[in-house]
Amino acid sequence: MSTKEGLFYSEDHEWVKKEGKIVVIGISDHAQSELGDVVFAELPEVDEEFDQFDNIGVLESVKAVSDIFTPLSGKIIEINEELLNAPEKINESPFDEGWLIKLEMSDESELDTLMDSEQYKAFIEGE
Amino acid sequence: MDEKLIKDYSSPGRKGYSLPPLDVPEKDLNAGLGNYLREEPLALPEVSEVDVVRHYTALSEMNYGVDSGIYPLGSCTMKYNPKRNEDLARIPELTQLHPYQKDDQLQGSLEILHDLKNYLAEVSGMDAVTLQPASGSHGEFVGLMIIRKYFEDQGDLRKKVIVPDSAHGTNPASAAMAGFDVIEIKSNERGMVDPAALREAMNEEVAALMLTNPSTLGIFEKDILEIADIVHEKGGLLYYDGANMNAVMGYVRPGDMNFDVLHFNLHKTFSTPHGGGGPGSGPVGVKEFLAPYLPYPVLSKSEDKYFWDYAKEKSIGKVHSFYGNYAVMLRAWAYMVTVGGPGLKKTTENAVINANYLKTKLKETFELPYGEDSLHEFVLSGSKQKKEGVSTLNIAKRLLDYDQYAPTIYFPLVVKEALMIEPTETENIETLDRFIETMLNIAREINEDPEMVKNSPHTTVVRRLDESQAAREPDLCW
Repeated sequence: MSTKEGLFYSEDHEWVKKEGKIVVIGISDHAQSELGDVVFAELPEVDEEFDQFDNIGVLESVKAVSDIFTPLSGKIIEINEELLNAPEKINESPFDEGWLIKLEMSDESELDTLMDSEQYKAFIEGE
Repeated sequence: MDEKLIKDYSSPGRKGYSLPPLDVPEKDLNAGLGNYLREEPLALPEVSEVDVVRHYTALSEMNYGVDSGIYPLGSCTMKYNPKRNEDLARIPELTQLHPYQKDDQLQGSLEILHDLKNYLAEVSGMDAVTLQPASGSHGEFVGLMIIRKYFEDQGDLRKKVIVPDSAHGTNPASAAMAGFDVIEIKSNERGMVDPAALREAMNEEVAALMLTNPSTLGIFEKDILEIADIVHEKGGLLYYDGANMNAVMGYVRPGDMNFDVLHFNLHKTFSTPHGGGGPGSGPVGVKEFLAPYLPYPVLSKSEDKYFWDYAKEKSIGKVHSFYGNYAVMLRAWAYMVTVGGPGLKKTTENAVINANYLKTKLKETFELPYGEDSLHEFVLSGSKQKKEGVSTLNIAKRLLDYDQYAPTIYFPLVVKEALMIEPTETENIETLDRFIETMLNIAREINEDPEMVKNSPHTTVVRRLDESQAAREPDLCW
C-alpha cells in the first residue's frame, strides 16, 4: 500500500496537502483499498464551515457506507465535482484526481495534530 | 448452464392461453378510459405456458436456499421453514377469506391472530402487541413513532435516540425516519455497551436507547439492568431490536430486562420465510403504559367474540392496509403451536450450541476478536488471511465453490474483515462438520494457492458479478 511523502494524514485515513492557506483533502490509498470500489460520493457544499473531525460527507462503496471527517477546521472553498459522476477516481487515483475538497484553514496549528507519511505508514501497519 | 431472459423466448403471436369467444357486448375502452388508455400495447413477452414453466424451473434449479443446504448468514437468521407451516397457511378455510367480510364470519382467523398476539406477549414479557408492521425495520419505525407520540403527549419533546456502534443499520435509519437525531455510542473492548459512555450520552433530550440483546456480536449484555436504569432515570425509554430474539427465546424476556418497546422478526425467530424481499412481518410489543399508542384497529375480544376496535384516540394510526401480512402470521402461529413453549426453549438451546460448536472449531484458524461467551452467532475476522492478501470477500466467494452459502461479511462494522456466522438450530452435526472442514480447507488453500482463492468462485453459473458497475450504472429496464 503506498503512502505519499509531503502530506499530512489523520487517523481517519484522510490526507492533507498544504498549498499556502488552502489545503486539499482526500482519502489515502489504504482507505480506498479498505473501502473497495466507491460507487457514490456525497460531498459538502462550498462555503460550509466545519470544526476539526466533523463529519463532512459520505462515501458509499460496494462494501459499506462510510463517513468522511475533515482533518482540519475551516471553510469549504471547492469540492471535486468530477467525483459526483466518476466516484471511481477515488479508487484509481486517491492522492491526485480523486481529491475530495479544498478547505481554507481556520487554525493552521491543527496540522501539528496530524501524522506525516512515515508515522501514517507505521499507524496502518499497527492497526 | 446459461438461461436466457424471458423476453428472449418471445415469438410474435405465441400465446400461453386461449380465451373463449366473446359472449357479452363489447365495450369501447376509449370511451371508458379516455386519455388513460395506453397508446402502444405493453411489451410483454409472447410465450407459451411451457416456455414459462421451463424458464422459471431452470432459474429455480440454479437457486440456493435453506432447502438446499446450510445458510449461515449471521444476523439474518435464515432458519429452516417447516413445511407444516406452509400446509396450514394454505388451507382454504384460512385463505378463502376477505378482510371486508363481517367479523362474525372470520372468528376462526381472528382467534388465531389473537392467540398469536398473546403468545408473542408471553414470550417477550410485554403487555400488548400489534401485528400490523410488515417487516422488522417497519416494526422499528412503528415502535419509534409510538415513543414519539408518547413524549408528545407528555409535552416532553425529546429529539434524540442513542444507538450503539454495533447496531443493525436499520436502527439509526428508523430513528432518523421517525424524526429523531441519532447519537452513536462506542462499544467497550469486550464488544458491549459501556455503561459509563451511556451515562455520559444520556440526558433529558434522549427519547430512547435502541439495543439488541444479545448484540450483533452474539454477546449478551450482562449489564442490561444497569443500562435500563441509566436510561429510565433520565426519563428515556428502552427499545429492544428483536432481531436476535431467537438467541434468548424461552430463557429470558426483554420485558423482564426492562425494555419498554420491541419488535419481533417473525421471519427470523418464528421460522416464516424471508422471501425475496417479499412479505415479512414485524409485530411490535409494548408495556402497558404505551398500549394506547399502538396502531389501530386493535384486535380485541368481548365475551366470546373477536372484533376490530377502532376507538383508539391516542393511536399513531394505521401502518398497513387491513391488518398486516396475514399469511405470514399464520405460519408463525403454526410454528409456535407446533413446537410449544418447551420446544421454543429447546430451539434456542440448539441454536446456541450449534453456534458455539462452530466457533470452537474455527477460532484457532480464524481470528476471534471478541472472546466473550456468545450465544446464537459469533463474529470471526479474516484479518490473518488478509495479511496473505486474501480478503474476507474472497473467502465468502470460495465457499460457494463448495456448494455452501457464505456467512454475512463486513458486518458488524466494529470487526475488520468480519465473518458473521449463524448456523441456526436446524443444522445437524454432519452439516456443521462439513462447513468447518470447508472453512479449514479454504484457510489451507489461502496458504498454498492464494490466487486461486482470489479468483473464486470457479464452479458457479456466473463468476464474479460486477457489483461496482451495477451500483454505478444500474440498468433496470429492458
